[in-house]
Amino acid sequence: MSELTLTALRLGLLVVLWLFVLAVVGVLRADLFGTRVTARRTERARPRVPRAARGDAPDAGEPARPARATLVVVEGSLRGTTLAVGTAPVLIGRGPDCTLVLDDEYASTKHVRISPAPAGDGWVVEDLQSTNGSFLGRDRLTVPRPFEPGTPLRIGKTVLELRR
Amino acid sequence: MATVTPVYPATRRNTELALLVMAVVVATGAWAVVGLTEDGRLPPGLALYGGGLAGLAVLLHLVLRWKAAYADPVLLPVATLLNGLGLVVIHRLDLSSSRTDQAPRQLLWTAIGVVAAGAVLWLLRDHRVLRRYTFTAMVAGLVLLLLPLLPGIGRTINGARIWIGIGPLSFQPGELAKIVLAVFFAGYLVVHRDALSLTGPKLLFLRLPRARDLGPILVAWLASVGVLVLQRDLGTSLLFFGLFVAVLYVATERVSWIVLGLLLFVAGAVLAATTFSHVQERVAIWLHPFAPDNADQSYQLVQGLYGMANGGLLGTGLDRGRPDIVPFANSDFIYSSIGEELGLVGLFAVLLLYGVLVERGLRTAIAVRDGFGKLLAAGLAFSVTLQVFVVVGGVTRIIPLTGLTMPFLAAGGSSLVSNWIVVGLLLRISDLARRPAPEVRNGPGDTGVTQAVRIP
Repeated sequence: MSELTLTALRLGLLVVLWLFVLAVVGVLRADLFGTRVTARRTERARPRVPRAARGDAPDAGEPARPARATLVVVEGSLRGTTLAVGTAPVLIGRGPDCTLVLDDEYASTKHVRISPAPAGDGWVVEDLQSTNGSFLGRDRLTVPRPFEPGTPLRIGKTVLELRR
Repeated sequence: MATVTPVYPATRRNTELALLVMAVVVATGAWAVVGLTEDGRLPPGLALYGGGLAGLAVLLHLVLRWKAAYADPVLLPVATLLNGLGLVVIHRLDLSSSRTDQAPRQLLWTAIGVVAAGAVLWLLRDHRVLRRYTFTAMVAGLVLLLLPLLPGIGRTINGARIWIGIGPLSFQPGELAKIVLAVFFAGYLVVHRDALSLTGPKLLFLRLPRARDLGPILVAWLASVGVLVLQRDLGTSLLFFGLFVAVLYVATERVSWIVLGLLLFVAGAVLAATTFSHVQERVAIWLHPFAPDNADQSYQLVQGLYGMANGGLLGTGLDRGRPDIVPFANSDFIYSSIGEELGLVGLFAVLLLYGVLVERGLRTAIAVRDGFGKLLAAGLAFSVTLQVFVVVGGVTRIIPLTGLTMPFLAAGGSSLVSNWIVVGLLLRISDLARRPAPEVRNGPGDTGVTQAVRIP
């Protein structure tokens, strides 16, 4: 074996060793799993279109903006928490997959759902057969009811309100 | 605002097979290089070792395809390559010493280890079953630790009483104790972590735990000091205490436990360094390896350092250095043997492979959904980390030299078998972590109805 061949073998071994390491790293890069977080476009992130390009009529080609409101926890351990409600339904309960996870022993895993009203403006609140029930104002929720801003929604020890 | 949706990977068994082929090619290539450098032709044992390693790896791969299709695709190839590289270096050291039976023995132990990992995957369908045996694991761990102290079967080799011998076979039960104690720590802490994470008095910026919750950590500390005193084994004692503190931290998320653990560790280290002669000797050769007074004891460490210096960046090439000068070059000092012949470039590749192994373990711990599995995977991954750190730190003179072994690389059956079992357990947990959750029908028609869902 000539010296040159041996040097080539020696370096070649290191090269294939590192090729394996790089292949492993490549697999790790493609092997991401768990959860995928997609950032929604917010007001600020919306691309700015110059006014001149849009023309003088601001509502010419723009789609109607979905109504938005804020859900505020006014009583209970989460008091002060706010949550923006838009077009997507909001699930409230103790379960970890809820939009608003309550730390309330009297709440069920999936307690209520607040979804946009099918007929345009406003939201509808619906009790998901919770154990202790939900109260909209002073009445117990049995069927889906419109959720008016300012009406207290009681879930266990938590009280929520919708604010425009 | 952001939406969060789960992403589940495919099984990725074909990726694993491709990586496995690469790993076997690298290891077999290294074996061929040793033969070519030695006498200019391919060595006769090439087919046996390459084929043996490939056969064992494919065997485990098939078990995975059948029993744990969603398991992590990287763990098995990385472990196979590390094991293969260890075989090559051990074989290479056999060539330049009078003992020539180390590599065949290592291959035999590899086979036993792979079969043990396959048996874990085959018999243990769900790692949560282990939780039932929390206290059995504690008793088993203590018995395994104390076994070498029994007069009939215990053996003292090189000053440490950590071996048992039955006839010609000898085994270190402490290596298996590592696994069962990881099971015990995970099972115990998953139940008691709430109490242990309650905070007590606040000291500066640190929230200390309550005084009455200090019991478990003190018991673990006393046990590891006991191992140090009775068995004179610094490495095992360090491993157990480190493992306990790490799992405790993962379970409670309180930094104060790490601070407490480090304080207790420092107290124990100072105690040991001032009381026990064997620890004093280790500290002396760590601080002053080149002092003439220590020349006899520090010979091994100094030769290892010279070996790595001789290797330099790219190494001398397999079979072209003299790693055989170092005593125990194929077990305790296999790291410096690799450093001499593959250089810093080779060492970093090896360290990265360990890094990947540990990362996949911790990733499994993050992804798995049950608390026991999280703690067990984190504990097993951390035990590998701690071993690599203690060995590499000892050989490169960052910490005093202790008697642990490099996982998968070093010659020694007990360590190899127990590390394959660790990989088997991690594969089993990762299968459950990556398997898509069963479909739960929860349409408007059947709300509120309890459903029985079969979890595979």
